[in-house]
Amino acid sequence: MSKALVELIKKNFGTAVLETHALHGDETVVVEAAAWKEVARFLRDNPQCSMDMLSDLTAVDFPEREPRFEIVAHFYSLTKGHRLRLKTRTGDAEGDDAEVDTLCDLWASANWMERETFDMFGVIFKGHPDLRRILLYPEFEGHPLRKDYPADKIQPLIAYRDVPNIEKVAPFSVDEGMSFGRQTHTGRRHDTDDSQVN
Amino acid sequence: MEPLDQELDEAELEMPTEPMLLNVGPAHPAMHGTVRCVMELSGEIIEHVDVQVGYLHRGFEKMCERGTWSQVFPYVDRCNYVSPMLNNVGFALACEKMLGVTVPERCQWYRMILGELARMSDHLTCDGAMAMELGAFTPFLWMIKAREMIWDLMEEETGARLTHSFGRVGGMASPPTEHLKENARAVVKHILSVVDECEKLLLGNRIFLDRLEGVGVISQADAISLGWTGPCLRATGVPYDVRKASPYMKYGEVDFDVPVGSASDCFDRFMVRLAEMRQSARIIEQCCLRMADSGPVNVSDPRIILPPKEEVYSTIEGTIQHFKIVMEGLKLPAGEVYAYSEGGNGELGFYLVSDGSGTPYRVRIRPPCFLITGGLERVITGAMMADVVPSFGSLNMIGGECDR
Repeated sequence: MSKALVELIKKNFGTAVLETHALHGDETVVVEAAAWKEVARFLRDNPQCSMDMLSDLTAVDFPEREPRFEIVAHFYSLTKGHRLRLKTRTGDAEGDDAEVDTLCDLWASANWMERETFDMFGVIFKGHPDLRRILLYPEFEGHPLRKDYPADKIQPLIAYRDVPNIEKVAPFSVDEGMSFGRQTHTGRRHDTDDSQVN
Repeated sequence: MEPLDQELDEAELEMPTEPMLLNVGPAHPAMHGTVRCVMELSGEIIEHVDVQVGYLHRGFEKMCERGTWSQVFPYVDRCNYVSPMLNNVGFALACEKMLGVTVPERCQWYRMILGELARMSDHLTCDGAMAMELGAFTPFLWMIKAREMIWDLMEEETGARLTHSFGRVGGMASPPTEHLKENARAVVKHILSVVDECEKLLLGNRIFLDRLEGVGVISQADAISLGWTGPCLRATGVPYDVRKASPYMKYGEVDFDVPVGSASDCFDRFMVRLAEMRQSARIIEQCCLRMADSGPVNVSDPRIILPPKEEVYSTIEGTIQHFKIVMEGLKLPAGEVYAYSEGGNGELGFYLVSDGSGTPYRVRIRPPCFLITGGLERVITGAMMADVVPSFGSLNMIGGECDR
């Protein structure tokens, strides 16, 4: 079933198709980043494909390869009952210039999944209407699912956000509630009291 | 005496019309799960909403890349913590697809019995919590009490009530207990009676129906485009169930129906879950009839499954086998795989990339309720403030699974 799909894509996007395989029965097509959106649109609109659901979209980081990131999407057709994996490669060795076109205007599910991929890998989806971090907070430094992000990295403490029209008073000192290793020891409450006792 | 407000002009004495910004969550008593909705209200109508998730993000996908494949099980347990057995089995199936092995029949039936019980526990929690948030506390207590029986059975089988970590690549951690079938039948019988009672109690309640019917409607096309699966998609009338569409384990051999809704409102989502519990009961009964009482549970491949303890302590082969699997981890062939199964909330997918070593290169969990929560904005924009509670409840957002 999906075998015919792979052939169909090869026929229509001959030069843009870099590679195809069917490892463990999952039909896969790797395309050039420039053709990413066009192939996706073809998958959705062609009556033989009619992929009405974008089930999954994520990325994989291969730091030793160039281009570095693989963007992986899994499509499913409710009407035809077939699946296809579409991949593309982007980004240089530093992880910059990792850009592909957004699929938001084709499938609504792409919105949050692209935001998550941006959050975790730093891949930019061009044309995305609202590319913000989704699982992490805006001040987070780095992209944690990249292989060069150490899993035990400590993030800097962040100040209170400055929100207009809302007066915020810090309820406690910066060290309170922090583990010992993360304390700055600058704002200790009882510093003066201790000196008086001694 | 001066007037109280000198600035106030007669002409300004109208109701202010500017929209009000309201934060709901991340820990709101009427919304289970840690999600924050920043709403722009005009009167009681929600004009815009920004749904923010991530409060329960624990970096599971990163952590999975540090251990062995077997060490992923405790993480997937903690994704959907209301039906952890389904996640365990889903991940085990993904690894087995990569290895190209199939577990013995007895294990498949066993996984199905435990999986369907977990699904019942998931639906009981969702429907019960939904009723509770609308003020019906009794059905919630009854349903949670029924769920307790499932957890007692799980404890009997696995040793843990909630996070079992019971799945293994190539089998289960231990064979079924002697009394599994009679326990399962007793639990299912009790749950069905609770479901019947709660149904009578709730569906005769005008207030409950008024707050669900015609509320939280989403079109079928929107639901498909948003990638909804599971009971939420079936409530829109799409009969998509992974167990039917691409049967795994023995789901192709058992007889069950896929309940669908038609109005795609909160009421349909509630009813689909109730109906699915009855279908799960049917599946469990068939599994109990067909599961053999004896026979192997795990595959016999020594590269995958830990040897029995008596061999580890008495033979050198057993010791080496044990050492290699524990220290190096079992090795999955290099490559990638996407395996999917029907979780409590819909299609639970695992996209695994292996580099051939004992450590996962990438474990991507495709959480059904991340995508479902992504549709919350569409469901509640334009609705009344009070409709948020039933709408959000019926989507069954599980924080652990959504944020990972």
